[in-house]
Amino acid sequence: MIATEKTIEEGTAAPLGAAWDVARVREDFPVLGQTVNGKPLVYLDNAASAQVPRIVIERGSKYLREEHSNIHRGVHYLSQRATSAYEGAREKVRRFLNAKEARECIFVRGVTEGVNLVMHGYGRKFVGPGDEIIVSEMEHHSNIVPWQMLCEEKGARLRVIPMNDRGELILEEFDALLNERTRLVCVGHVSNSLGTVNPVKEITARAHGQGVPVLVDGAQGAPHLKVDVQDLGCDFYAVSGHKMFAPTGSGVLYGRAELLEKMNPFLGGGSMIRTVAFERSTYAAIPDKFEAGTPAIASAIGLGAAIDYLNGIDREAAHAHEQELLRYATERLSSVEGVRIIGTAREKASVLAFVLDEVHPHDVGTILDQEGIAIRAGHHCAQPVMQHFGVPATARASFAFYNTKEEVDQLVAAVQKVIEVFA
Amino acid sequence: MSELSELYQQVILDHNKKPRNFQKLEGANRVSEGFNPLCGDQLTVYMLMDEGVVRELSFVGTGCAISKAAASMMTQAVKGMTREEAQVLFHEFHRMVTGELDEESEPNHLGRLKIFAGVRDYPARVKCASLAWHTMHAALEGAEKATTENLGPDITQAAASD
Repeated sequence: MIATEKTIEEGTAAPLGAAWDVARVREDFPVLGQTVNGKPLVYLDNAASAQVPRIVIERGSKYLREEHSNIHRGVHYLSQRATSAYEGAREKVRRFLNAKEARECIFVRGVTEGVNLVMHGYGRKFVGPGDEIIVSEMEHHSNIVPWQMLCEEKGARLRVIPMNDRGELILEEFDALLNERTRLVCVGHVSNSLGTVNPVKEITARAHGQGVPVLVDGAQGAPHLKVDVQDLGCDFYAVSGHKMFAPTGSGVLYGRAELLEKMNPFLGGGSMIRTVAFERSTYAAIPDKFEAGTPAIASAIGLGAAIDYLNGIDREAAHAHEQELLRYATERLSSVEGVRIIGTAREKASVLAFVLDEVHPHDVGTILDQEGIAIRAGHHCAQPVMQHFGVPATARASFAFYNTKEEVDQLVAAVQKVIEVFA
Repeated sequence: MSELSELYQQVILDHNKKPRNFQKLEGANRVSEGFNPLCGDQLTVYMLMDEGVVRELSFVGTGCAISKAAASMMTQAVKGMTREEAQVLFHEFHRMVTGELDEESEPNHLGRLKIFAGVRDYPARVKCASLAWHTMHAALEGAEKATTENLGPDITQAAASD
């Protein structure tokens, strides 16, 4: 392992222990200061992609101005600086996820690539005809489709943990699905379409009771919850940087070293080899084995800076603020006649999906956009969830710790305007 | 960017609420399905084509106000047209919503369909307005399925540029 970056940039937000000063925190996010269609931007599409704080922008910019070079190759000064910054980011990720070792953290483009890596590296090697993979009914398409592709190729079977009408997984049904043919359990930490926080520690314990490894899609978990992969006990945990205040193209697949070492490589090419000859090539040790080609160096370093930012704020206070926004928005929107909330699990992250009687979510989205409010309208890459609730699509407001109660008020006023337009 | 009222005009809201020709057509000899995989909008167009004339036209499906109103008004406009007239109107409508046709200066047959011109200021919504038209066009051509996924670069560019 290359020496890690020693200096840790401090977050610039409110100090630990202070009350959550949202106005102060908003100053860290330059994008939030603009107007859209003549109105102040109200950004409530954080579950699709979160905004980036200044220290992340500046860290990426510093890299491009002063440190850019290819990594793991050059004997020259710049290459060593780039390598050190890149591997420094990996160490930050290790601490953020509390992985045992930095080599268990593979840089990927995001959760989609992470899941596909496990599908190719683990699934294609260890899953055979008649075997079973378990996913849940509320998975994002990125944690369904790769497994369907694997099942089709191998003659294996996809099993689905159902959910109740609040949008909570039915664990008794999960127990019934687990059997000696189960090869892998793949489940989301937090549902992007419903906000449900799934009991992944409990799910992992039950799967491990049958000797089955578990992959957790942490795309929506890492931005909202403190993640400790050793405490969760899961075998794989995938995150997308752009959902946790880092640039797109950054992401991590955590995997237990023992499993990563047993797996086949994913992409073949430079950096992932030990020796290459036309007769036979041999592969590098982890994590390099899974990082073929030149990675998104600036994005990975940006992810490290986003982790610095999160370490610099009071995450408990941030979480409490998000939960208060969720409670307030749920209460206010529920009281609007004609609004139905989709996803009412007892434990939720700050994701609020809803539908209006007689108004399609895309029309809601367009009218809200005219008010400067960014939400997501559609199936949220979770079509089975839409089918469960009998809706073609939903409108979804998702809150980050930089959102405010005033923005919730603006959302509610705009929804009332939609209802007036369509009355 | 035009004002909201230009997109959600009363006529569009009315057709959304009470879509015309909104039923399965018994005796149709052309049936075509339209699907927008990005948003899940889905509709089926039923056509009775007789001696080169669209005698009857109807649709069923789910979608936003723009897509429903566009489908409803499309059935009214195209019913009774010859295949060639319907082709011309399809291209004019398509060019208008993608911003290639200025309905005020260039001669056209769009008439009341001009109220959809505002859609071109909402790139994400162009597909909503054009789905029914593409589906009708597929029925004219005798194809069975239309999707806004592979309608060629014109529509993709329209959605991506603003």
